[in-house]
Amino acid sequence: MIEWAHAGPSVVAAFLASFVEFVEALTVVLAVGVTRGWRPALGGAGLALLTLVILIAALGPALARIPLDTVRLVVGTLLLLFGLRWLRKAILRAAGIIPLHDETAAYSAEADLLSHSPRRVLAGWDTVAVGASFKIVMLEGIEVVFIVIAIGAVSGLLIPASLGAMAALLVVIALGIALHRPLARIPENTLKFLVGVLLSAFGAFWVGEGAGLAWPAADWSILGLIAAFLVVALSMVSICRRGVAVERAT
Amino acid sequence: MKWLADAGRELVGLFVDDGSLALAVLAWVAIAVLAFPVLPVDRGWLAVVLFAGLALILVENLLRTARRRRR
Repeated sequence: MIEWAHAGPSVVAAFLASFVEFVEALTVVLAVGVTRGWRPALGGAGLALLTLVILIAALGPALARIPLDTVRLVVGTLLLLFGLRWLRKAILRAAGIIPLHDETAAYSAEADLLSHSPRRVLAGWDTVAVGASFKIVMLEGIEVVFIVIAIGAVSGLLIPASLGAMAALLVVIALGIALHRPLARIPENTLKFLVGVLLSAFGAFWVGEGAGLAWPAADWSILGLIAAFLVVALSMVSICRRGVAVERAT
Repeated sequence: MKWLADAGRELVGLFVDDGSLALAVLAWVAIAVLAFPVLPVDRGWLAVVLFAGLALILVENLLRTARRRRR
C-alpha cells in the first residue's frame, strides 16, 4: 500500500522528465535528418542509445554494492541539485524574468548551423551529422538515465520508472514520425516546473532518509513534500511576476 | 582530450546552473548530515527543518536573481 506513495510520483516524474528531454533531442535529430539526411541522424541516435544501454548495464550493478544510506544521500543530493535547478529556471521563465525556451528557434539554429557545416565523410558516414545526432541523444539520454536510476533504484521502483521513461520515448517518437517537425506546442516550461517540484521533493526525502532523519508520515511524506514545494514554487512565480509588473509600470 | 573536458562540463551542467544555489544546497545538506544528528531535537522536526532550509535557499536565490535581472 505504502509503495503507492512512491510509485505514482516516480512514474509521473520519470515520464514527464523523460518526455521533456526526448522532445529536446527530437528537435536536433529532426534538424540533422532534414538538413543532412536520415541515415546519419538515425545512425547517431542509435549509437547513442546503444552507448547508454552499455552505461546502464555497467553502472546499475555497481550501484547495488554501495550501502543503501550512502546511495540515498548521494542520489538525494544530486536529485536536489538537478530538481532545484529545473525548478528555479522554470519559475524565472514563468515569471517572465528569463525568456521561455523556444523549440522552433532551437530547430532553426541547429538546421542553419548544420547546413553551413562542411561535409566530412568517413566510411560512407557524414561524421558531422552523426556527431550532432549522437551528442544530443547522449546528453539528453544521460539526464533520463540519471532521473530513472535516481528515482527508481533508491526506492526499488526501477521497473515502473523505466516504463515511464519508455512510454515517454514512444510518445515522442510517434509524435515525431506523425508531425515531422519540432514539438513546439508542448508546454515545456509547465512540464519542467512540475518535474522540478517532483525531483526536489524526492531529493529532500532521500537526503532526509540518508541523514537518518524521521519524516513525520514516513513514506507518505513524499506527497507532503511535493505539495509544499508546489506551494513555494507557485508563490514565487506570483511574487516574481509582481516585481516584473511593478518594474514595467514605473 | 577536448571532448572529455566538454563531456565533463556538460555533466556538471546537469546539476549546476547557478553556482551559488548549488553551493548553498550542498552546504545545507552537509549541515543536515553532520550537525542534525547531534542536536537534542526530535528527528521528525529536523526533517521539517531540512525542507524549510531548502525552500529558503530557493526563495533567496530567486529574489536575488530577479533583483539582479531587473537592474
